[in-house]
Amino acid sequence: MVETYARLLVARLRGQFSYRTSFTIEVFAEALVQAIELAAITILFSHVTALGGFEVHEVILMYAISSTAFGLADLTAGQLNELPNYIRAGSFDMLLLRPLGTLPQVMVADIRLKRIGRTLFGLAAMAYALSHNDIAWTPAKVALAAAAPLAGAVIFGSVWVVACAVCFWLVEGQELANSVTYGSNAFTSYPVTVYSGWLRRLMAFVVPGAFVAYYPGLALLGRDDPLGGPAFLGWISPLVALAAAVGAGLVWRFAVRHYRGTGS
Amino acid sequence: MIEVRELCREFTVTTKVGRLRRARTKVRAVDSVSFDVAAGEAVGYVGPNGAGKSTTIKMLTGILVPTSGHVRVAGVDPSRARRDLARRIGVAFGQRSQLWWDLPLRDSFDLLRSIYRVDARDHARRLAECVELLDLSGFLDRPVRQLSLGQRMRGEVTAALLHGPELLVLDEPTIGLDLESKERLREFLADLNAQRGTTLLLTTHDLDDIERLCPRLVVIDRGTVLADGPLEALRAEVVPERVLVVDLEKPSEPLTGIRGVVDVRIELGGLRQHLTFRKDETTAAAVIAAVAAQADVHDLVVEEPEIDDVVRRLYARR
Repeated sequence: MVETYARLLVARLRGQFSYRTSFTIEVFAEALVQAIELAAITILFSHVTALGGFEVHEVILMYAISSTAFGLADLTAGQLNELPNYIRAGSFDMLLLRPLGTLPQVMVADIRLKRIGRTLFGLAAMAYALSHNDIAWTPAKVALAAAAPLAGAVIFGSVWVVACAVCFWLVEGQELANSVTYGSNAFTSYPVTVYSGWLRRLMAFVVPGAFVAYYPGLALLGRDDPLGGPAFLGWISPLVALAAAVGAGLVWRFAVRHYRGTGS
Repeated sequence: MIEVRELCREFTVTTKVGRLRRARTKVRAVDSVSFDVAAGEAVGYVGPNGAGKSTTIKMLTGILVPTSGHVRVAGVDPSRARRDLARRIGVAFGQRSQLWWDLPLRDSFDLLRSIYRVDARDHARRLAECVELLDLSGFLDRPVRQLSLGQRMRGEVTAALLHGPELLVLDEPTIGLDLESKERLREFLADLNAQRGTTLLLTTHDLDDIERLCPRLVVIDRGTVLADGPLEALRAEVVPERVLVVDLEKPSEPLTGIRGVVDVRIELGGLRQHLTFRKDETTAAAVIAAVAAQADVHDLVVEEPEIDDVVRRLYARR
């Protein structure tokens, strides 16, 4: 089963490498966009010494984890942005004719490998941040540093699935979905302490954006949560990711059932 | 192979009424349709645009869930066992592709083998067969986007057959094809049905497809079945007239007064005459004998009604 999806992905990759120069430029452009965002953070720190109680390298660590996670999610779940087109053109019906699940089929229907620029930059920023923060390394923390971007990618992917499932009801719902997915990336790039009130609660725990970079970041840095959360929150991102994935799977199933029941 | 009983499918249509108010109305795209298709049959499912053909096909293939009614295809309920069904039937849409646009045709077939988990030897055997019969060898390594419509359609049909389905569902398979491509495809499908025993269900606007491929016709309009039966029986029932065209040795006055003949039209100053007679009142032989008694006949032919005519009259009868 996994082999089938892998083959589908490889097939898409081969299609893309036929346009090699534009590919290189696009990867570079993606990385550049990320670099500018990071530059914005450092410029901000030339005026303030702390942001939401965190100093510059700590913020960069959270930014880097979030950026890597979002880059990885974008590589696979990003294809869900095409869902309205698939529905409109009837190609979603073709996916229903195959003996495979619809969600993985949509995710591997194409892969925009140029988005790897974002992931690569995120990894570079992570390497920088991990070496410029005073981290008391333990085997558990090494594992967490590796797991955090992956768990974050699954959380982002789940958000993506839920947001895009809206398109089964509203074919014009893509704008709404984008504001949720890209908006949650903007949220997770900074410590949640810079936000306040209902927005923080919504984005941190309902979406579960705080588990992408904020809590794992705290655990890596060995800091207490300024908001008073217990320390174990920094270690449970993989579990949160699992729960998010299951939830997203259920939402998708419900949405497809709706489509087959009342779709055109 | 297919069992459909009292099948209904409603859609909710929202229309604007006034500035902000919206009215929701329910439209029945398929209204109490029933028919059976036995294994090995070839059935044409025809009707005008918007008659409910595609909606029925989508319910048969598990894409859409019926509002009410009973469907069994290859022994399973399509809406519940979508994936199971997908392995047992092949579907090809004339206007949608299941191939990978920028990959060579051969690679699409490889991917499908993996998706349907077809045994490598079975796959190779079926592919070799299709390559030969559909003459694919010239463009097997070309990306699908560079194929002509006729080539692509042959690819689509092959793609639908590689997992060895018991039933092949074709939605407008010959739409947009040139005459030669149409003929080649029809010939292939006719052989598939006759020799392999693969059950065929096809929707089409091209009645030549039906004439060539489908001994049986199900006609649908506005969501309900208008007629179901062998093409010949429908012809006899709906269009009881036949036309005898005779070429005479010498021009003659219209040959009137023959029993059972309801209309006479002359051409070439009376050299060629079209005699329309009712099949239930007389026979072609009797009319020919009566004509021969009145004039010297050079040549003659009995015209069967065109299938378009049959369907048109069925629609008109409502």
